[in-house]
Amino acid sequence: MSIDIEAEMDLATQTVSKPKLALYWASSCGGCEIAVLDIKEKILEVDAAFDIVFWPVAVDFKVKDVEAMADGEITLCLFNGAVRNSDNAYMAELLRRKAKILVAFGSCACEGCIPALSNTTTRAATMDWVYRDSPSTENPEDVRPQERTPTPFGELELPEFWETVRALDQVVDVDYFVPGCPPQAHQIWAVLETVIDILQNNKPLPPKGTVLGAGDRTCCDECPLVREEKKISGFVRLHEIIPEPGRCLLDQGILCMGPATRSGCGGLCISVGVPCRGCYGAPPNSKDQGTKMISALASVIDSQDPEEIDRILDGVVDPVGTFYRFSMARATLGRVAVDESLGEPQFAEVER
Amino acid sequence: MVTTADHGTAIETPKVETWQPRIVAFLCNWCSYTGADLAGISRIQWDPSVSIIRIMCSGRMDPTFVVKAFRLGADGVIISGCHPGDCHYQEGNYKTLRRVHLLRRLLVGFGIDPERLRLVWVSASEGDQWAETANDMAREIRTLGPLRLET
Repeated sequence: MSIDIEAEMDLATQTVSKPKLALYWASSCGGCEIAVLDIKEKILEVDAAFDIVFWPVAVDFKVKDVEAMADGEITLCLFNGAVRNSDNAYMAELLRRKAKILVAFGSCACEGCIPALSNTTTRAATMDWVYRDSPSTENPEDVRPQERTPTPFGELELPEFWETVRALDQVVDVDYFVPGCPPQAHQIWAVLETVIDILQNNKPLPPKGTVLGAGDRTCCDECPLVREEKKISGFVRLHEIIPEPGRCLLDQGILCMGPATRSGCGGLCISVGVPCRGCYGAPPNSKDQGTKMISALASVIDSQDPEEIDRILDGVVDPVGTFYRFSMARATLGRVAVDESLGEPQFAEVER
Repeated sequence: MVTTADHGTAIETPKVETWQPRIVAFLCNWCSYTGADLAGISRIQWDPSVSIIRIMCSGRMDPTFVVKAFRLGADGVIISGCHPGDCHYQEGNYKTLRRVHLLRRLLVGFGIDPERLRLVWVSASEGDQWAETANDMAREIRTLGPLRLET
């Protein structure tokens, strides 16, 4: 069997001329990577349309390969994960330079998600817990990770662990956002399909800053459960009741983030009787998911008596962690106080 | 100057002479704003650090406005509406009452003293109460000092 060199060369040239796709994970759990593979056999279409040049979880290209590329050589970069250390920031800046289109992919990159919940505490407290205080830690010599460690073989370096976790666009310029924890497979495919269509048919790109792969309403608007006029006279946690099927969970006193969450997931949690946790982030035209939720939730509390209101609100365990579970990096109030020179953190007891 | 009884030495208190508090007050159109107007007409003196924003109803008060005010440099926020039962829109002030209770819990979570957010009821005839509220809040915020939010 002879090899048609020219045809092979043509094929090789074609491969090179395909648009380049990079995927990267910064401070994330890896779920977004799995979600990309959840598009199943369509991944082959992605491979047919793109030349995958960087994807640490799946293909063996190194950072130096990206560094060697020309600026803007990557057509599309899906960047998942929050930015919580100097390495994440370096990769964000590198991929921003190398990619024409940088997409904040998934809740971490869009708005901080679970990693950003550590903005409710301090770096010192996080380190203390992980390396000293947690029950599963045995570290009698109190060994801590050092940014620089001299060894006989040279100096070892670790990235600098930041005080505050940032969303991607708080560190570099971002073109588009794909929310979700993780983004749902059908939405990912919709986004990729659109991008492929745009690239292959020279169509105009959507305006910069557009949220792709999500709805433009709230989760409540698309929820199939039956809603009544809401009057909440007490909150229950999920393990305390068996929800009545078909009836709005918030009506039953289960704290559901649906009113303050962007639609697009297809009501996944609701369909299995679990309340919305808010992973698609703040709804359109809203900057702050937490205060939107406070607005929606507090209005329907069934009391006009301050003491009773407080009694009902006692059922909201951990307001910050609940209302900003996925969007802490975007909270208008920022993060809790850290710098001691700014004075003592101003904690005051709320009467419970 | 405060001295300790034992040593007779002065306690060092940081002097923030140039700092003046910034307090944003959201007043409902029907009662509180008219009340503040009455305070003005009656020439009652009240603290100049309080800046008023008129809203149609205290129930229009989105918690986002409060956190945005803090983010943009307010050291304290006053929300004032009609007395319970007197709301021009029946129950807007009850809605804001509940929101403020929940919002104060959120502020605590962020390490912000919930006293920086105050909800009061001032009717159109209570100009003196408004002046008293504003002065009292300004005093309180001067005691608490400037609010420094992390970025």
